[in-house]
Amino acid sequence: MGDQVYFEDVEQGTELPTLRKDPTTQQLVMYAGASGDYYQIHYDRQFALGNGLPDVILHGALKNAFLGQLMTDWIGEQGRLARLSVQYRGMDVPGTPIFAKGVVTRKGEDGEVECDIWLENAEGKRTTPGSAAVVLPSRG
Amino acid sequence: MTGESAITDEMRAAIGVESEPVTHDVERGAVIRFAQAIGDPNPLFNDERAARATRYGGLIAPPTFLRSMPSGPPRAEVERPYSAGLDGGSEWEYFHPVRVGDRITVTNRISDIYERQGRLGSMVFIINEVKYVNQLGQTVALQRTTGISYEPPEEE
Repeated sequence: MGDQVYFEDVEQGTELPTLRKDPTTQQLVMYAGASGDYYQIHYDRQFALGNGLPDVILHGALKNAFLGQLMTDWIGEQGRLARLSVQYRGMDVPGTPIFAKGVVTRKGEDGEVECDIWLENAEGKRTTPGSAAVVLPSRG
Repeated sequence: MTGESAITDEMRAAIGVESEPVTHDVERGAVIRFAQAIGDPNPLFNDERAARATRYGGLIAPPTFLRSMPSGPPRAEVERPYSAGLDGGSEWEYFHPVRVGDRITVTNRISDIYERQGRLGSMVFIINEVKYVNQLGQTVALQRTTGISYEPPEEE
C-alpha cells in the first residue's frame, strides 16, 4: 500500500493526486457483467444512437467508481470514506482518457475532510461533478 | 408548462412504498471481478493476503460495489413514463465496510418524482433511496439515486 495521508498533511485547497482512466468498450462490457447493468446504451452503438446519444456511453456508475477510486487511493488504508456524491451532467464515451480530480474544500473536526471532486474529459470539460467526505487518521 | 403531466396517480402512489427485501452474499470472486472491471488495483479489493495484513483483516468491497446488488421487486410497480432512461447521479453515505462473506439485505423506496424540460425534451426524474444492511443488522450504506426517464427521438 502507498504512503498514508494524514489529517495534518492537508488544508483547504490541497489537490488530490489526479487519477487517469482510459475506459474502452471492453471495459464497458466488463462493467456490465460485474455490475449486472446490461442496458444496451453501454455496448450497442445503434441502440445508443436510437436513444439520441452520441455513441455508446460510459455507465454513470462506472464514472462513480472512478471517483470512488480517486478517494480510496487518496485516503489509503487508514482513511475512511464517509460520503460520495456524483452528478452525471455530461456524457462520456470510451476510447478517450478521462481524469478524476479533487480538491480539499473544508477541514472539520475529528479528522473529517470535505472535497470537491470531478471527472474531466480530454478537452478539460467537467462532465461529472461531485463531492466527498472522508475521515483521515491523525499523526498525533 | 401547459401540457399534461407525465406523472400518473399510480406513480405518485408508489412514493414511499418500500420494496421487498432481498439478500445478497458478498462473494470473493464477485468483489475481485468488480475491482478488475472498474480498473482498480487496490490490494484491499484484490489481494486477500495483503488485505489480511490490514486493519480490515481481509478483502473489502470498493465503495460502489453495492451497485451490483439490486433491490427486490417493488411492492408498488412504477411504469416508467418514457422508454429511454439515463442515470442522473448517486449520493452515498457509508457507515461500515462491506467485507467478503457479508450478507447484504437491500431495500429500496422511491422518495420523489418530478418532471422538467431538459436537453432531451420532457424528462421525469425518479429519486430512489436504497438501504444496505449487513448480517449484523448494521446499515452499511445508503444510496440516493436519480433516475431519468425521457422520450427517445423519432427515427429518421
